[in-house]
Amino acid sequence: MTNVIEADHLGKHYRGTWALRECTLAIPAGHVAALVGPNGAGKTTLLNLAVGLAAPSAGAVTVLGGRTAGSRAALDGIAFVAQDTPVYQNLSAKDLLHLTRNLNRHFDTGYARGRLGELGIPLKRKAGKLSGGQQAQLALTLALGRRPRLLVLDEPLANLDPVARHDFMATVMAAVAADGVSVLLSSHVLAELERVADYLILLSQGQVQLAGKAGDLLASHHMVGLEELALAYLRKTLEVAK
Amino acid sequence: MTALTMSARLGNDTDLRPVPWRRMAWVTWRQHRFALAGVAGLLGVLAAYLVFTGLPMHHAYAAVAACRPASSLACGNATGDFDNAHWSTAEAIAVLLQVVPALIGAFAVAPILARELETGTFRYAWTQGMGRTRWTLAKLVPLAVTVAAAAGAFSVLFYWYFKPFVDQGLQTRLPPLAPLVFDLHGVAFAAWTLAACSIGALAGMLIRRVVPAIAATMAAWAGLALSAGLFLRQHYLTPLVAHNPNLPGSAWIISSWYTGRDGKPLSQAAVSQFLQGYHPAAKQVGPNSFQTNLDPVGYITQHGYKFWVTYQPGSRFWPFQWIEGGYLLGLSVLLLAATIWLVRHRAA
Repeated sequence: MTNVIEADHLGKHYRGTWALRECTLAIPAGHVAALVGPNGAGKTTLLNLAVGLAAPSAGAVTVLGGRTAGSRAALDGIAFVAQDTPVYQNLSAKDLLHLTRNLNRHFDTGYARGRLGELGIPLKRKAGKLSGGQQAQLALTLALGRRPRLLVLDEPLANLDPVARHDFMATVMAAVAADGVSVLLSSHVLAELERVADYLILLSQGQVQLAGKAGDLLASHHMVGLEELALAYLRKTLEVAK
Repeated sequence: MTALTMSARLGNDTDLRPVPWRRMAWVTWRQHRFALAGVAGLLGVLAAYLVFTGLPMHHAYAAVAACRPASSLACGNATGDFDNAHWSTAEAIAVLLQVVPALIGAFAVAPILARELETGTFRYAWTQGMGRTRWTLAKLVPLAVTVAAAAGAFSVLFYWYFKPFVDQGLQTRLPPLAPLVFDLHGVAFAAWTLAACSIGALAGMLIRRVVPAIAATMAAWAGLALSAGLFLRQHYLTPLVAHNPNLPGSAWIISSWYTGRDGKPLSQAAVSQFLQGYHPAAKQVGPNSFQTNLDPVGYITQHGYKFWVTYQPGSRFWPFQWIEGGYLLGLSVLLLAATIWLVRHRAA
């Protein structure tokens, strides 16, 4: 079993402060991994490094079994949906499908059109005229249409209402069930991920506090829920900081 | 080959064919067709204006140029009338055209990267299989080359339009090296447009916001264009020196001064004071007409002073065009390379 992400003493600093430091972890393939931690913990920084948008200041990060993050081979197998799901507001859903098809070696137009049809998103409508939930679903569909081996989602649920959150995660879980795509998603609200995540990475103050399979972590800490476990760890790191 | 070297080699891209360039053609066209239409519209409207005002002007010019004998009073008057009727319009157009490259660079090119970064869509665009280096190259290079080529074609039209005023046949209005027309002729207009585009691309990447990037592009372009016109261009080749005040009309005069008997330059005040003693005699040329041959330079030089003039001859037009076009092309390549470097290293 390969690792979808491997970080080795990975660090990133912006203008003198370390957003992430000494991050060493390996996320095995075949999981829905939740990257959790308070705001400013370094979650977005870690994801940007993994998808190749940012370059490491220290250490190294590889993806999909040893490929350099950001390399052509890495980009080919990873789809990324950034925070606030940015898509071109002036393009229609149809144009965005065509755009994504042209920007990638593979794109499953049939899947993407079918998915948008099921969601009731009109192909001719401009992305800017869609609701927040529909825009998020559109961005997710563009990502899944690439048939990635790893799907990376940065705070995908932050600005969605409860129904849209549910529908969004349903699309993600359907793709997991259908193609076995590995998922890494970040959130600062763990309650949302309790049902879907089977792997947990807890990040705080730029460092990994805890990482492992959800079942193993709960068993070794004698806890019943991921939220309880995360809270206990976050409290502990805050006390150490004081 | 062992399993270990196999997995180590996955990091390099040689085993994976890149997404073909031609796929980017649709992307660039779909996302920037309005900017291209804007440039085409601007140059089209200006071209139509040049043709519609230029045709009657050239018609009038042909009549004036055919006037014989050319030194007669009637022909002199015809030349003056032509000048009065058309010069101010032509001059206004030449002034207006100075800013066209800056408008193209600022409004068509600067927003390309700035808007991606301002709205966050770069996080989508630069994580697709195309890769951000190819994405950026395939957007910036064809757009910059297309608008520069359009500007080059436009400057051929302008050359035709403005010919009466830089022509030797009539009373010469402007030498071809004069700042008002040099950068609208030859290869310079296309080169300035290309430079404005690359300034816009870099400004967009550095500033990451549309409106400030547009403003910065205009400011940087204006600084470069003014320093080229006012300070740099006259030094492309060493100016020639003459002591004769009657240079051909095609010469671009850089400076002129007098030196005294001791060889030191005279101040303007000293020259004015000396000229107060100059009273040219009026000569009777007809029953009731007198002619005064004003020749202050002749008067001064007769008194042991020396007149100096430095100038660039009109024959240096093409060498100067290639020098200016060459360094602007070099600058554009450098700025685009810097933009690509920033895209690769300063994305997020």
